[in-house]
Amino acid sequence: MNTSPTAALSINGVRKAYGAVKALNGISFDIRQGEFFGLLGPNGAGKSTLISIIAGLIRADEGSIAVLGHDTVRDWRTARRQLGVVPQELVFDPFFNVVDMLRIQAGYYGAGREVWPWIDEMLERLDLSAKRTAMMRSLSGGMKRRVLIAQALVHKPPVVILDEPTAGVDVDLRRTLWAFMRDLHRQGTTVVLTTHYLEEAQEMCERIAIIDKGVVRVIETTEALLNRHPFRFLTLKLVDGAELPASLRELVTTEKAGAVELKLEREKHPIASVFAALRSAGIGIADVSTRDPDLEDIFIELTGKVPSPAVTASGAAQ
Amino acid sequence: MNANQLGFYTLLKKEVMRFWAVLGQTVMAPVVTALLYLLVFAQAMSGRAEVYEGVTYTQFLLPGLVMMTVLQNAFANSSSSLAQSKIMGSLVFLLMAPLGHWEFFFAHVVAGLIRAALVAAAMLVVAIPFVDLPIAQPLALIAMFLLAGGSLAVLGIIAGIVSSKFDHLAAFSNFIITPLSFLSGVFYSVHSLPAVWFKASHLNPFFYMIDGFRYGFFGRSDVSIWQSLAWTSGFFIAISSVALWMLMTGYKLRK
Repeated sequence: MNTSPTAALSINGVRKAYGAVKALNGISFDIRQGEFFGLLGPNGAGKSTLISIIAGLIRADEGSIAVLGHDTVRDWRTARRQLGVVPQELVFDPFFNVVDMLRIQAGYYGAGREVWPWIDEMLERLDLSAKRTAMMRSLSGGMKRRVLIAQALVHKPPVVILDEPTAGVDVDLRRTLWAFMRDLHRQGTTVVLTTHYLEEAQEMCERIAIIDKGVVRVIETTEALLNRHPFRFLTLKLVDGAELPASLRELVTTEKAGAVELKLEREKHPIASVFAALRSAGIGIADVSTRDPDLEDIFIELTGKVPSPAVTASGAAQ
Repeated sequence: MNANQLGFYTLLKKEVMRFWAVLGQTVMAPVVTALLYLLVFAQAMSGRAEVYEGVTYTQFLLPGLVMMTVLQNAFANSSSSLAQSKIMGSLVFLLMAPLGHWEFFFAHVVAGLIRAALVAAAMLVVAIPFVDLPIAQPLALIAMFLLAGGSLAVLGIIAGIVSSKFDHLAAFSNFIITPLSFLSGVFYSVHSLPAVWFKASHLNPFFYMIDGFRYGFFGRSDVSIWQSLAWTSGFFIAISSVALWMLMTGYKLRK
């Protein structure tokens, strides 16, 4: 990881309210250069508001944001050149074909013919070469999503923000996108990702911030986040569908298909104590398995909410 | 802060490509409509006395129709482009880009003028074989075209920013642009109007745009060319200030 003192993104005391609703309530954190960073939170947590403020689409009531040291308000032109944002909504301009749209987008950022080979490379990497001259309005939702991703990258920004890029897209695009993002990240690009698919964040991100109700609930490396809660899960299938003893019932998290899942704190509830309780109650075990908590468990623990994929235009168009 | 010249040029090119992609709708259709007006009114009013000495009614009508079409198309270009990209959401590509309010403003104004010039040229090319039209004051003609077309392109920017649905845009066009252009002396000299309407016409900025443009062809007009230039310049500066303020502050664009 690059240890340059200038943060890729520096967010300082950002507040935004819509009437009485506080969308962001004093958010502050830095994203280091070269990081693959996850920004997670339930619907309405304030993620998209924060991204829109970074991108200049929404004005913060208080606080400031700098992209590679450039303030997004005072030095907006330089800040915007450093930034590529893939918006969550599936937006497009119906008058243009794919390659013209990308060349126009590059031009807005002051990039001319010198980026045309890069545009061709992106079309190749995102499996868009066959759609090069197709009109935007004729593309499927998944193809439009690919173009949106290429548009955000067309001026080769050192900081890329992807706002739920895989919501409602097929497995093929997800794999293509993540392979491409990994390559860009290896080449030094800072990638900020918001997603409702927490396994994606767990797999891709080095560091994660979970925000809820407009405040940062936690910001840690993915590894530290996964280890910070000293619990594990034990799934049991009992012989003849027997009932659990009362002492264990309070540990049950889910119950389905004749199996129960218990949440065990490592110190307080060693697995051996569960087995001992079952043995003393005369209950036999038909099957057993354990798993460590994943990001979804941590997310639920911190926010009390189950992450749900957002319904997006792309989802509807699939 | 350095201007983004390539960004400006790209936005201008994109705005031109946008109307060029539907040329039948954006250029040919208004030309046909205006020529139908010319045909019908020239026939219906052919016995009418000369408006200016030595100028037939058809000659008088043509510059007014050209300017009316210029005004409507300059407005339509910037307003529909902005409203459409706002309503469809693609405006975010511009709002996230390093484009300043001046670049945004001039790209839309120049694109509106290019469309207006194409429509005007097409009308004149088709009409000139049938209507003998002198050009007495070419500089006045160009100045009035630029100021009037530019003003309506700016008005289109304002309408596009203010409109949050296509209904709003249609209302702007139907209840402001069309009445002001029809009541501006396109089809008649304001001297033929009753006193009240004569005075009211002098409060309509479109009247000066059309009268000044007509001066460019005949060297004669209802009011002095300087008065037309002053009114149109003042109107252009006033609404440009409003549009630039909206773009600079992100009024109805950035939440």
